[in-house]
Amino acid sequence: MTRTTFLPAFHISVVSGQMAVRTALGQLLDGLKPLSLDVEEAGTVELVMAEALNNIVEHAYPTEEESGPIDITCSHAPDGLHLTVVDSGRAMPDGRTPVGIAADIEVDFCDMPEGGFGWFLIKDLAKDVIYQRQDKENLLQLRLAVAVA
Amino acid sequence: MDLRSRSENSLQVVSVHDSRIDAAVAIEFKEAMRSATDNGDDTVVLDLSEVQFIDSSGLGAIVAAMKQMGQSRKLALAGLTPTVEKVFRLTRMDSVFPVFPTLDGAIAELKT
Repeated sequence: MTRTTFLPAFHISVVSGQMAVRTALGQLLDGLKPLSLDVEEAGTVELVMAEALNNIVEHAYPTEEESGPIDITCSHAPDGLHLTVVDSGRAMPDGRTPVGIAADIEVDFCDMPEGGFGWFLIKDLAKDVIYQRQDKENLLQLRLAVAVA
Repeated sequence: MDLRSRSENSLQVVSVHDSRIDAAVAIEFKEAMRSATDNGDDTVVLDLSEVQFIDSSGLGAIVAAMKQMGQSRKLALAGLTPTVEKVFRLTRMDSVFPVFPTLDGAIAELKT
């Protein structure tokens, strides 16, 4: 079945903080309800966006004093969902996203990784990931190949 | 974080009664696991059947829970829902933990 109608673009805005990611993800998935995503697709959206937003809460706004807005725009096109996330926190180190290689698990028990999975998951599941620093804002754009035509 | 623990056939079963293990609760989960598993049975089955979502912080907290139990004990996972299973599969952490589709299956396999 070829999809001929597309969800109108929508916008979500939250203030960085401990529960901001859950709030934003809830609103995002609510906004996508008309697409009736299956559990696999919904899981991809929630996982990628959770990792992108967690990174902002932890690294762009690392302290409560530095909290600020996180704005998400979601638009729907024949090649999937296009998501843009903007924050006005600290820039990515070196002006680029981490490479996102898989964590090495062929290691001793006590060296088993407890972190470093986030960018790997984003880059594994999302397409066309672009990060830019513009006018003291971080702009992250990515595409998720779900609900494609 | 609502964890409930019981012993069954010399196994400890820890069930997570929350729908998410994410960055908001990862530290709390790790500490709750420490309390639940300290001085417990050698084999612990973590029942994840009510957990609908886990992120990389939650995954890290489960790895931390395994490490704080020590290498001589075993942490098995049971009842992974689709998105939880996806996170373990993509990160290949499903090769680090014994993973069982159901809690009953895990108990049948691991009981002594």
